[in-house]
Amino acid sequence: MSEKDYRSHEYHHDDFAFAHSADDKLIDKNFKATSYIKDVWSNFRKNKGAIIGFIIVVIFIIMALVGPGMNEHTYKSITKGHEYLTPRVKNIEKVGIFDGTYKGSSMYNTEELKDVYYWFGTDDQGRDLWTRVWSGTRVSLIIAFAAVVIDIVIGMVYGMISGFFGGKVDMLMQRFAEILNGVPTLVVVTLLGLVLPRGMTSIIFALMITGWIPMERIARAQVLKVKEQEYVLAARTLGANKFTLIFKEILPNIFGQVIVTSMFSIPNAIFLEAYLSFLGLGVPQPMASLGSLVSDGYKCMTTFPHILISPVVAMSVLMLAFNLFADGLRDAFDPRMLNK
Amino acid sequence: MKKYIAKRLLVSIATLFVILLVLFILMDLMPGSPFNDEKLTADQLAVLYAKYGLDKPILTRFFIYVKNMLTGDFGISYTINKNFAVSEMLKGRLSISLLLGTMAMVIGTVIGLVLGIAAALNHNSWIDNLCSMLSVIGVSIPSYVCGLLLCYYLAYKFKWFPILYNSNAKVFSLVLPAMALSVSPVANIARFTRSEMIDVLNSDYISLVRSKGVKDYKIIIRHAMRNTLIPIITVMGPLLANLLTGSSVIEKIFGIPGVGNLMIQGIQNNDYNVTIACSFIYSMIYIVIMLIVDVLYGVIDPRIRITKGEH
Repeated sequence: MSEKDYRSHEYHHDDFAFAHSADDKLIDKNFKATSYIKDVWSNFRKNKGAIIGFIIVVIFIIMALVGPGMNEHTYKSITKGHEYLTPRVKNIEKVGIFDGTYKGSSMYNTEELKDVYYWFGTDDQGRDLWTRVWSGTRVSLIIAFAAVVIDIVIGMVYGMISGFFGGKVDMLMQRFAEILNGVPTLVVVTLLGLVLPRGMTSIIFALMITGWIPMERIARAQVLKVKEQEYVLAARTLGANKFTLIFKEILPNIFGQVIVTSMFSIPNAIFLEAYLSFLGLGVPQPMASLGSLVSDGYKCMTTFPHILISPVVAMSVLMLAFNLFADGLRDAFDPRMLNK
Repeated sequence: MKKYIAKRLLVSIATLFVILLVLFILMDLMPGSPFNDEKLTADQLAVLYAKYGLDKPILTRFFIYVKNMLTGDFGISYTINKNFAVSEMLKGRLSISLLLGTMAMVIGTVIGLVLGIAAALNHNSWIDNLCSMLSVIGVSIPSYVCGLLLCYYLAYKFKWFPILYNSNAKVFSLVLPAMALSVSPVANIARFTRSEMIDVLNSDYISLVRSKGVKDYKIIIRHAMRNTLIPIITVMGPLLANLLTGSSVIEKIFGIPGVGNLMIQGIQNNDYNVTIACSFIYSMIYIVIMLIVDVLYGVIDPRIRITKGEH
């Protein structure tokens, strides 16, 4: 076309419209893009075990908060004459379970105990086990959560610094962690339990000493993986300082892994607390934790098994639920694990 | 390879020193003198102080302490067996604890492998689901809860096994505690074996062998098992170490006269020397096992020592 042709050409308003603009607006409904969190959620939702675990954990947390206030007993009220009573619940007793019988005869047949109900029974000092189990759950959960939060903070910061700076810093920090890791946890916890005054803070401190190492490893490995990626380089070229790089750019991307690891360390902390209680280094009486209740119940296991059963069931179910939940979270955050 | 082993050895020795330092500080912080027998005269006390070097400066004392610990001189018991050498009390106990740990590990490995392989071969079937469920339960439930349950049902109710340890039927009375202890290894090994086995079974070389018409059991035993077993050694090390240290509660429940039981007695009677000696022995076992596993793994899988030696 010559120049003249152009001039003589008559222009329409839609001559310069985008081609196929209607097609471009088509949205692929079959494979629409989802955000990371939505992806995680949809993966998590598919996992029945994880959902059940999550629900149980939530129920336990709620019960730990409201459970001890649900009847008129308190966790430390000692009642003479109410020792070793077996579980008895109003209305359910008519069905034949939770009717307060012991070896065939009712334990509640005296005048004084006629209208008394202990849902999980009482222990060797006449304390209500229902209240004690739930306040014990509360103590165990507080210890576990506190220990894990401290582990996350220390381990994450340590691991991220170690992984981010690399070189000599990394070497020194890793050697230190390696040496600490060589000390068996149970020994550390036991020795500290021995020296420190008895109480929750001491237990949390003892759990903290070596508890952060797994978290540190995960954080370091993740940082090593992430820090060479382009977006970090981009931030660096734009002049981001190290603090921003670590906490604003890298941290959000490794957070999934950190959460998963911490969920796995909660049952571990509960277990270690129970272990300490069993050694007699747990929370002081009359306070209760799941571990101390189990170890109290163990003493009269053959004569009054009900004292052992409720804390054991509570602890096992709680730990199982946490493991199921953590498993589901791990699979959800890392879909490659799903098909395994 | 030598460099790698040397490095691991160095770390282990450093760990040992850290443990000794911690134990020493604990000893030093403790109120009172280690020799609290009223009948000792000043001269005798001086002899004892000189023997354990308590009259020397702190650094010298630490080295004397290290030497004593490493040569197996753990001092004397305060309360459990007054003025009795702790090393004498430990004699015979260690072998029982080791026997228990080994039994638990053997049970755990065998059952764990069988469960894991069964799950992997029947991937996504009910067997797989059952094995996964069992392993989650096994990981979740503390060994001493299992111990209590086994003790209550198998020993107290059904009377199949003795409730307490019996030195005349050593192995038989250790079966129940070993079973209780093996729950966590079973679960961990089963889980790990399963995922490793599935990986291996999906690899190209297995497809090749299969396409050549090799029988299924031969594929599993000859080809798949080998590559599955290597990574399992890594989990077995920490498991074994945890097992030995975690056995104390089980030993208490079943009344087994092992190191763990002595440690609990030491804690409950405020017998520091006994507790510290037991802690030291546990730490030694832990360190040695970890060292062996790491070196073994480096020998079997060269990739490990290359990546680990790079730092």
